[in-house]
Amino acid sequence: MALTAFTPRKLGFRFNIVGMLGFAVILLWALVAIFAPLIIPYSIGDIVDFDYFGPISAKFWLGTDYLGRDILSRILMGARYTVGISLAAVCVSCVSGVALGMIAAVIGGWFDSVLSRFLDALNSIPSKLFGLVVVAGVGSSIPVLILTLAVIYTPGAYRFARALSVNINTMDFITVARARGEGTLYLIRSEILPNILAPVMADLGLRFVFIVLLLSGLSFLGLGVQPPNADWGALVRENIGGLPFGAPAVIFPSIAIASLTISVNLLIDNLPQKIRDRSN
Amino acid sequence: MNRHVLYLVFGRVLVALVTLLIVSFTVFAATSMLPGDVAQILLGQAATPEAVAGLRAAMHLNDPAILRFVRWLAGLATGDLGISYANNMPIADLIGSRLGNSLKLAAATTLFSVPIALTLGITAAMLRGSLYDRIVTIISIGVISVPEFMVATSAVLIFAVYLKWLPALAFANEIHSFGQMLRVFAMPVITLSFVISAQMIRMTRAAVIETLNTPYVEMALLKGASRRRMVLKHALPNALGPIVNAVALSLSYLLGGVIIVETIFNYPGIAKLMVDAVATRDLPLIQTCAMIFCVVYLLLITIADIIAIMSNPRLR
Repeated sequence: MALTAFTPRKLGFRFNIVGMLGFAVILLWALVAIFAPLIIPYSIGDIVDFDYFGPISAKFWLGTDYLGRDILSRILMGARYTVGISLAAVCVSCVSGVALGMIAAVIGGWFDSVLSRFLDALNSIPSKLFGLVVVAGVGSSIPVLILTLAVIYTPGAYRFARALSVNINTMDFITVARARGEGTLYLIRSEILPNILAPVMADLGLRFVFIVLLLSGLSFLGLGVQPPNADWGALVRENIGGLPFGAPAVIFPSIAIASLTISVNLLIDNLPQKIRDRSN
Repeated sequence: MNRHVLYLVFGRVLVALVTLLIVSFTVFAATSMLPGDVAQILLGQAATPEAVAGLRAAMHLNDPAILRFVRWLAGLATGDLGISYANNMPIADLIGSRLGNSLKLAAATTLFSVPIALTLGITAAMLRGSLYDRIVTIISIGVISVPEFMVATSAVLIFAVYLKWLPALAFANEIHSFGQMLRVFAMPVITLSFVISAQMIRMTRAAVIETLNTPYVEMALLKGASRRRMVLKHALPNALGPIVNAVALSLSYLLGGVIIVETIFNYPGIAKLMVDAVATRDLPLIQTCAMIFCVVYLLLITIADIIAIMSNPRLR
């Protein structure tokens, strides 16, 4: 029997369906985040039912929370915070990380060593702990959250982009460009960036998942998005009292998080082979 | 072992120490850049300016930040952890038993999850592409891509709500019998094990697959060695370094998990202490807890690095 050592490449129709499915769910949550105020059935602050931790019913599709508010509306609005904050943070961290990584790779020398050492040190603070410390020191607000998450995940993006750029940097066309007398900025923008863009985008997706998880974790600890606003992690925290009865109010926000993160993972895993090959 | 290996190991330790210094500076900076006056906060609104000034002087708050940092660091190194703002107790007393509790939890989780995860990871790599492998992979990816608190809430739903085997979210403060202890530890350990195992399975599987792809394993296959012999005799000894490395790295994920798990199960460990300290803004306590976490984390990462170096036969 042919051994495990050689599995056939997974390509084909079914393969892409999974990726498309992931993409569809992501798109759905993005649309929900944008149009949430238009589609929520009840106002998020309204106590619509005197029965707290209400079950799933025709009137309240996903039940009610610990105060008798409609959970569906709160989840739909929560998408704004979870998706929005995570997206902002991942953009900041990837832009800064990738820019620094490319600069370090092109310039090299002591700049590269010092920056790498420093960011490695930053990376060796456990992410949740870093979040805790910053929130303890500065207090929690949405800009602080975005910035903290961005700082936590910049070293990873930096390391990834630097490793790719260092490989590109040794290639002939870079040497030629240098010989032509092109500046650092040109090298970064026109020679390196186009060559690392695809894997960087895939990496951005994975980093987005980590950020969603960390944000939810912080909110769950009560250190993320502050009441009266609530992202999905905060919704789980609010309704944790319903857990012993298996209330839908505590289950569905968790499912919302899982659907988003798993979809992104599926999409990244099923990207066209061309992109994935380069990222290895 | 030769001088080269010693040199590399020494280098790792040195890097870890420098990193620790940078980390401690970051922790100190993040907690000291607090807007507002600590002395004012401690004394409350009604404090006279003289009292605030007196306390500031007593707490050395007028000194430059760098001096306070050095003093704080020296205190940490000599075991003088300072006084908690919230209840004026020495931090060493607050942390003492809590640290023990957390270590107990971590030890139980390690004992429970490492054998299971290694078995699953290695067998999944051996049977790569099979249904078994796919199920293991899908479950471990699933666990990795959901937040830790969701694993915890799912565990509560399954074991406490539906099966009614264990109490939900209840933590007995007094443990009288072994059975009680088992019930108390079961839920946190199960949750943490899930989180850690998922990481470990993935890394172990990747490590074994990498060695299975090497030419010498292919050679063993070509000369007709049985699959068992091939994996156990040829692949595994070479994958051992990466596997132990993976275990050490995965254990560092305990930290993230422990913060959530101790909070959700109300377990009196050091992570719970820290989360509570954040709520009361008890800065010295937060700094100390953060440093303890960072030291453990760095220790695990450095051990993983050193094992990776030691297990590389080309260096011996």
